[in-house]
Amino acid sequence: MTDIAALERDTLAAIAAAADEAAVEDVRIAALGKSGSVSALLKTLGGMTPDERKEKGPQINGLRDRVQTAIAARKEALGEAALEARLASERLDVSLPVQDGPEARGRIHPISQVIDEITAIFGDMGFAIAEGPDVETDDLNFTKLNFPVGHPAREMHDTFFFAPDENGERKLLRTHTSPVQVRTMLAQQPPIRVICPGRTYRNDSDQTHTPMFHQVEGLVIDKSANLGHLKWILEEFCKSFFEIDDVKMRFRPSFFPFTEPSMEVDIQCSRKGGEIRFGEGDDWLEILGCGMVHPNVLRNCGLDPDVYQGFAWGMGIDRIAMLKYGMPDLRPFFEADVRWLSHYGFRPLDLPTLTGGLSS
Amino acid sequence: MKFTTSWLKEHLDTDASVAEIAETLTRIGLEVEAIEDRAAALAAFTIAYVIEAKQHPNADRLRVCMVDTGAGEPVQVVCGAPNARTGMKGVFSPPGSYIPGKKITLGKGVIRGVESNGMLVSEAELELSEDHDGIIELPADAPVGQPYATYAGLDDAVIEIAVTPNRADALGVAGIARDLAAAGLGKLKNAPIQPISGSFPCPVKVTFDLAGDDKKLCPAFALRLVRGVKNGPSPDWLQARLRAVGLRPINALVDITNFMTLDRNRPLHVFDAAKVQGNLTVRRAKEGETILALDGKTYALTDEQVVIADEHGVESLAGIMGGEASGSSETTTDVLIESALWDPLNIARSGRALGINSDARYRFERGVDPDFARPGLDLATAMVIELCGGEASEMEFVGDLPESPAAIDFPWSEVERLTGLDLPQAEMKQALTSLGFDVSGEGERVTVAPPSWRADVGGKADLVEEIVRIAGLDRVASTPLPRIKGEVVKPVLTVLQKRTRTAKRTLAARGLVEAVTWSFISHDQAKLFGGGSPKLALANPIAADLSDMRPSLLPGLIRAAQGNADRGFPDVALFEVGQIFLSDEPEGQLVAATGLRRGTARLEGTGRHWDGGANNVDIFDAKADVLGLLSALGVPTGGLQVVAGGPAWAHPGRSATLQFGPKGVIGAFGEVHPKILKALDAKGPLVAFEIHLDALPLPKAKPTKVKAKLVLSDFQPVTRDFAFIVDKAVAAGDMMKTAQGTDRALIANVGVFDLYEGAGVEAGKKSVALAVTLQPVEKTLTEAEIEAVGAKIVAEMAKRYGATLRG
Repeated sequence: MTDIAALERDTLAAIAAAADEAAVEDVRIAALGKSGSVSALLKTLGGMTPDERKEKGPQINGLRDRVQTAIAARKEALGEAALEARLASERLDVSLPVQDGPEARGRIHPISQVIDEITAIFGDMGFAIAEGPDVETDDLNFTKLNFPVGHPAREMHDTFFFAPDENGERKLLRTHTSPVQVRTMLAQQPPIRVICPGRTYRNDSDQTHTPMFHQVEGLVIDKSANLGHLKWILEEFCKSFFEIDDVKMRFRPSFFPFTEPSMEVDIQCSRKGGEIRFGEGDDWLEILGCGMVHPNVLRNCGLDPDVYQGFAWGMGIDRIAMLKYGMPDLRPFFEADVRWLSHYGFRPLDLPTLTGGLSS
Repeated sequence: MKFTTSWLKEHLDTDASVAEIAETLTRIGLEVEAIEDRAAALAAFTIAYVIEAKQHPNADRLRVCMVDTGAGEPVQVVCGAPNARTGMKGVFSPPGSYIPGKKITLGKGVIRGVESNGMLVSEAELELSEDHDGIIELPADAPVGQPYATYAGLDDAVIEIAVTPNRADALGVAGIARDLAAAGLGKLKNAPIQPISGSFPCPVKVTFDLAGDDKKLCPAFALRLVRGVKNGPSPDWLQARLRAVGLRPINALVDITNFMTLDRNRPLHVFDAAKVQGNLTVRRAKEGETILALDGKTYALTDEQVVIADEHGVESLAGIMGGEASGSSETTTDVLIESALWDPLNIARSGRALGINSDARYRFERGVDPDFARPGLDLATAMVIELCGGEASEMEFVGDLPESPAAIDFPWSEVERLTGLDLPQAEMKQALTSLGFDVSGEGERVTVAPPSWRADVGGKADLVEEIVRIAGLDRVASTPLPRIKGEVVKPVLTVLQKRTRTAKRTLAARGLVEAVTWSFISHDQAKLFGGGSPKLALANPIAADLSDMRPSLLPGLIRAAQGNADRGFPDVALFEVGQIFLSDEPEGQLVAATGLRRGTARLEGTGRHWDGGANNVDIFDAKADVLGLLSALGVPTGGLQVVAGGPAWAHPGRSATLQFGPKGVIGAFGEVHPKILKALDAKGPLVAFEIHLDALPLPKAKPTKVKAKLVLSDFQPVTRDFAFIVDKAVAAGDMMKTAQGTDRALIANVGVFDLYEGAGVEAGKKSVALAVTLQPVEKTLTEAEIEAVGAKIVAEMAKRYGATLRG
């Protein structure tokens, strides 16, 4: 008769000493296999008297259970250790850099971004986006807009001209986006609400002027639009565009051939340390020109100025981009230097919306 | 336009401060550009008394002065001026003060061993004149200790305003005063001008040699002789006034004309009568005539210019500048004063053609008050007699004054209609009358006659502007603009506008950086890209290399990429979405979306990397960009053909044209042709694409937004691989289409998963490995069914391309 206690002691010691899963399996076979030591004990139960079985049965079955449990535990521990060893060997250097993905490298030019911002604001007010050609006729760029031939205001535009055609007519590069207003009025009956963003050209170059630049103009024509509405639109636009709660604007009488009355608009700002901030300070910064559409312009577009009325305004897209985002110089806008574009440009999915905010 | 406050007060009775005046000017449309407050700049300089001036012990030319500055103990000052002497009064500058004429801040010093605690200054040192011969000497009654600027009347701010082209009337101080008085800032003095009768006929006659239409070149001409004048420096007050606004005093006669120009917007000209031969004729210049003008330059004239000539020839450029030959001088004793009207357009053109920017041209091209031609001459005559003596002739006057601007039928309601501002009639009427408008009639509609100096006012809207600018634009209340219909806003963008935006965002999301390049490029570049037509060449380009409208965005982008490479950034990916010009008609302007990749600027990353990479870009990067773009734009690419060979800018063997049929070309992609790179002084590797957004098919209009029904198979797809050996010239794309076509119902997808040439494959051949995915619809396919499809593909490939399965 084997000493059960001794067997248990030896078997459990063997399990504990098993260094790997194969060794554990050897112990299992030696104990619980067909001819294993524990199995042999179990077999003896059949030949016992009921009384002996009653005494020995629980002891032997208990032995078997404890050995099984110990084997399972040992196997799991060894598995854990093996996994740990594998994981340790699989360690990677997470500090290695990954490549900047396309979404990190791509950029939207500030001009495109600002046009999207302007579109979001005026789109909400029901303004459509009107566009027209850059190569324009003298008639649409000047004459229809009430610039008399030879008038000094015409000369102030530093116009780029093309060679005259066989009839002596010369086309030009539009000096403002106002011809788009004319095209709109000629093509469409009031009520009209459009903004006209686009590329414009003047033969001029210095730190704040480039021969090509961008303007956005707005036009409202109906039977009641007046200066009060114009003021409101411009105030709302400035608050929304510059993302400030309040803005103080100053309307000064001025002159443009195509509006009457005409005004220039200043926006209150502070200029601390070279940084312009709106909604504070006591400095003024000129930001746009505007006015009631001149009766001659309405007439030139086939509208009766005693029936229809409206207003228009215009401002530089590049300029308001510089004011909002702080570019000090206009010229790099068109130099395609990736250092500038990466710095001042916008991430591909920075889509300006009124609900999510124009800028992030 | 510059003036001083004291000058303004000659015309305006007001107690307003400089700040109030400036604020009002800007408010009524005469925008203040600068205020130069000399009182502030000269505040440190005070009147002082020289108690004693004695010889400097160590220097012959210096004196040591004890100076009473009015501020306690006398101060010792070393002075080098020859006129420094005991008992004189002068101007003292204490240590720490800034001397504008020397651009230094004065310190205490020791000069040749003697302490000096300040300075007695000259006019030049205060930038009051160029006189540096000695220190300023003041009369004995000058109050010691007082600021010199106040005493000398220099505490007079110089205000500079911007005058818009319509406000010629504000180019004279009197006109500015009228505007300010109308705005309630004081009372306009408006002293009457006495007509001068003259004691003898004007001996010089004026004739117009201007016929027909040319009569408008000089509607009227007034002339008067003043004989027996004594010309010389003008009085101090006049010199000071002119100097304050930046004019150099010349002599009394010239200073009077300059004064009249600035004070009354009435440019005049004076001739030395002794130098004028015979009578004067106003006529067009003759080709080849020249004139030595008062600016010392000789101008060659054409018949575009109007001149005043005598028997010698041209004496004056009408309305622009006088001639040197007949100009006045210190010796002038008989002077002819001219006050004329000229055609603004002709003056503008002539001034531009000759390149002369004179005060006279500036005013005549904007329009002077025609009715003031005569009073202006009388006023100038009176000034000449007052300052230079002499005896005036009668006025010689030829021509006719133009009619005053037409009266306007004006309903008062127009103001509220256009501005929303409801003003009392009395206030509106007051604004107009104080500006010189004549308002006649009563009630809701009146007749308003603009004054002769407001030729710019021609209609109701102009009157509205006058009324609101005087009333104050700040009184116009901001009023919300109601939505056209009270509803949620409708989409406003056109398809092209939406595609333009989407194209930009898509390309940026593919790692390209948006550039905005010039719309004009050099003629040579334009020609290389199919442009360069004379109709699209600027007549006056700003630079020779910015002369032609671009037919493509590529030249600008290629140059931009090279610019970045030259700055040390060779691996750039750029795009632009913008206008290109195929003709000078509106239809010839298209929107192109163009991108390029240079060096190793691939989608996955740029440059060398530990995980591989540093591969140069190739045309498949460009192809992926353009197809990705089309996909993002929602353009159905089912019918899109990729035809080998691209435009002239591309490598012929490494480019393709994208088209929906031969007439539906939308763009191209490829490697940039080495010749193009060379011509643009650029280096590769450089791949690019360009598509025309206008050329893309429009989305189909659908009645609802419902998407097509989704049909999903219950059975798993099966993929089978085939490696074919074919001639190198066989296009993989064709093989894919052929494979797809063998069983359209079952074959869901065909891909190329391997491409091989080299060892093991016969020369001139290549191995193309296709992965064909079968998607069963009704039941799981049996192995036999799959084999059957495979056999069909193999047979078709053999038939079409002579393809064999790779062993």
